[in-house]
Amino acid sequence: MSTLPLDARFKLSYPGFCLDVDMQLPCQGVTALFGHSGAGKTTLLRCIAGLETAATGHLRVNGQIWQDNNTFVPTHRRTLGYVFQEASLLPHLSARENLEFAIKRATQPVTEADRMDTIDLLGIAPLLDRSPGQLSGGERQRVTIARALLSKPGLLLMDEPLASIDQTHKQEILPYLENLKTTLDIPIIYVSHSAEEVARLADTLVAMENGRIVASGPLNDTLTRLDFPIKLGEEVGSVIEATVTERDPQWQLAKATFDGGDLWFRDSGYDVGCQVRVRVFARDISLSLQHHSDTSIVNSLPAVVEEISTEQHPGLALVKLRVGNTPLVARLTHRSAHHLELAPGKPIWAQIKSVAIIQ
Amino acid sequence: MGFSAADIEALWLTLRLAAIVTLLLLMIGIPTAWWLCRTRCRWKGLIIAIIALPLVLPPTVLGFYLLLAMGPNGPVGQLTEALGIGLLPFTFGGLVFGSIIYSLPFVVQPIQNAMEAIGERPLEVAATLGANPRDTFFNVVLPLAKPGILTATILGFTHTLGEFGVVLMIGGNIPGATRVISVQIYDHVEAMDYAQAHWLAATMVLFSFVVLAILYSRKHLMIWK
Amino acid sequence: MNVLRLFILTLFSLTAHAQEINAAVASSFLLPMRDIVTAFEHQSQHRVSIASGSSGKLYAQIIQGAPFDVFLSADQEKPKALLESGHGISGSRFTYAQGSLVVIATNGLTDDPKALLSRGEFNRLAIANPRLAPYGAAAVETLKALTLWDAVSQKLVIGESVGQAYHFVISGNAQLAFIARAQVYNPQRKARYWPVPTKLHSPIYQDAVLLKKGSNQLAAKQLLAFLQSEQALIIMDDYGYQPAGQQ
Repeated sequence: MSTLPLDARFKLSYPGFCLDVDMQLPCQGVTALFGHSGAGKTTLLRCIAGLETAATGHLRVNGQIWQDNNTFVPTHRRTLGYVFQEASLLPHLSARENLEFAIKRATQPVTEADRMDTIDLLGIAPLLDRSPGQLSGGERQRVTIARALLSKPGLLLMDEPLASIDQTHKQEILPYLENLKTTLDIPIIYVSHSAEEVARLADTLVAMENGRIVASGPLNDTLTRLDFPIKLGEEVGSVIEATVTERDPQWQLAKATFDGGDLWFRDSGYDVGCQVRVRVFARDISLSLQHHSDTSIVNSLPAVVEEISTEQHPGLALVKLRVGNTPLVARLTHRSAHHLELAPGKPIWAQIKSVAIIQ
Repeated sequence: MGFSAADIEALWLTLRLAAIVTLLLLMIGIPTAWWLCRTRCRWKGLIIAIIALPLVLPPTVLGFYLLLAMGPNGPVGQLTEALGIGLLPFTFGGLVFGSIIYSLPFVVQPIQNAMEAIGERPLEVAATLGANPRDTFFNVVLPLAKPGILTATILGFTHTLGEFGVVLMIGGNIPGATRVISVQIYDHVEAMDYAQAHWLAATMVLFSFVVLAILYSRKHLMIWK
Repeated sequence: MNVLRLFILTLFSLTAHAQEINAAVASSFLLPMRDIVTAFEHQSQHRVSIASGSSGKLYAQIIQGAPFDVFLSADQEKPKALLESGHGISGSRFTYAQGSLVVIATNGLTDDPKALLSRGEFNRLAIANPRLAPYGAAAVETLKALTLWDAVSQKLVIGESVGQAYHFVISGNAQLAFIARAQVYNPQRKARYWPVPTKLHSPIYQDAVLLKKGSNQLAAKQLLAFLQSEQALIIMDDYGYQPAGQQ
């Protein structure tokens, strides 16, 4: 698989809306297009797919020009898979026939093994003989994803695939998506307005507002920017990649090691050596000038203050820390920040009240 | 009392006419409906209006204009003569042509409605799965428009069966070529031969009723598969 | 005051003497009938509404109870049938006109219809349906009398009425047609036509009959009498009808 970056420049105007973007994305992993509804995420995705024929610009994917001033490769000749927001199985075909539709038109031959793997990956074997009307929203979306994969795309575009699905079914599909991320070797562009989905799935984050890109970069670096333009409220925090290094059967705890230290968490069955993603909310970090052992808080890490800014509420401050090479964000009152005499460069202890293992 | 030989000839001719006309109507109507669905041409409204005209024109008026158009001085007549087909009035081919014009809106409209109801999404889905527009048309649009196409087929067929005004004008009442069942019934009525008229009319009513009943009771059973 | 009195007086005299009647008229006779009715209304103060249609349709409507007072058919069979079925008043049937058959050609000014017909120089010959229209039956008799029938029967196109046979010719789709003399009545345009000698076919008698509903209407009887007046005969002559012969 080529590692040339995806290079996209688009301009498109509708009454009351204008898309104007210029971005380069790594051609691997999951890139999340993140923003509120109306920010232009879906429109940008449709431009990449060639579904917005009115858009002008330039698009290069895997070294191929898909669009420039003289070229417009029509959607059906772009090697991409597209998962629409609402489940979009062809209504006149059964689940199996929907998959066959993709296989017959796939960019390269689909082997029986490919087919079985994809069906297993999304757990849809029992659903294949049903018609779309007999499937739940979540089931339909899983078949839709399998169908996109079986067309053997070089790029997978997913437009809020969970948005039309209720909370329980979301939790049912997310593990499949995480599987996808680790199994597939093609880049995925994933549109979402949910910080949780982004935290769980994204490697690269592109934040959009009013048809423009307002921030982009590796997930944690971007999320922990204090000037991150999209207000996350209670969900401000960081996402840390870590490896499970130890399990303590006596206390039913496990240890995750990352670039900057260790975090203990409730053992939920991850094997040693397993890659996990740890989400640490800013509201769950408190700061202390000394290391305390007389506290119930298990995780206490040495950090350096990097930057301080004011939260939406004027009484609250956001403090960006660096633990080893990993940035973290803590939220505390301005009064506390003043008492502790926080300033960039000051060493400090970050006490982490709880961590969420999200993968 | 039953059918006379002339009645049976008229029945057979009518069925043949309706079958050929319906087939041609589908061949013309399906692409036309699809084009009307997709085009952004500024004349679209105008073209829809022209196709719909036979809905409002009295059939005898339409028939009279067709007679003029297909005559030696009319544009259609000059075209068919130039092509070596000869003049169309009073021929079976002429009836086919007139019936197509007359029944076209009954075929185009249900198909166009069905195609418009499909929406953009299935077409976009097909494109992202690598289907080219032709492939999409045959494997997505046509299957999804099936209920509309079925309705159009039945309407086109039954409408041609029952057509009278146009046929009367351009047919010339020639046995075996243009004397269709509706004209035959009319002749029986005008000649005060009511018993013969009843036989034919009842047959036509029964046949059309059965066909329409099958159509409308099957339709809601088979929205999709 | 005087005006008002005059108005009331007029109204009174109208209601006292004027009647309204409905006449069912074969469409081929519609044009002369309009002129005749105008003249009749002028001198009698009665009002006549005309319903026109093919004789066959009017016949069916009368049988089904249509409110007509008199019936002017384009043939003799239907009035006869109405008498038999009791819808017509016996003794009231009479022949009000005799139609004249003519042959016209598409090029009314240049072509000689008779020559074209006898030489067979045409592709299509239009006639009215002989089963329905007396002019159609007369046309068939004429062709047989001229011993042309075998030669032309494959070239025939049949209109439901002489009106349609006329359409076939003026639209150029047929080159010749047997129609009614009344149809070429047009003082402005001198179209050439061949009047078919009456000896070549049985006479085209058109009968009228008083209907049951009109039996108590003085105006209906007066209208039928007026049809045989000198004034009505002049109008019919203008339109190419001959006075009814003896039968």
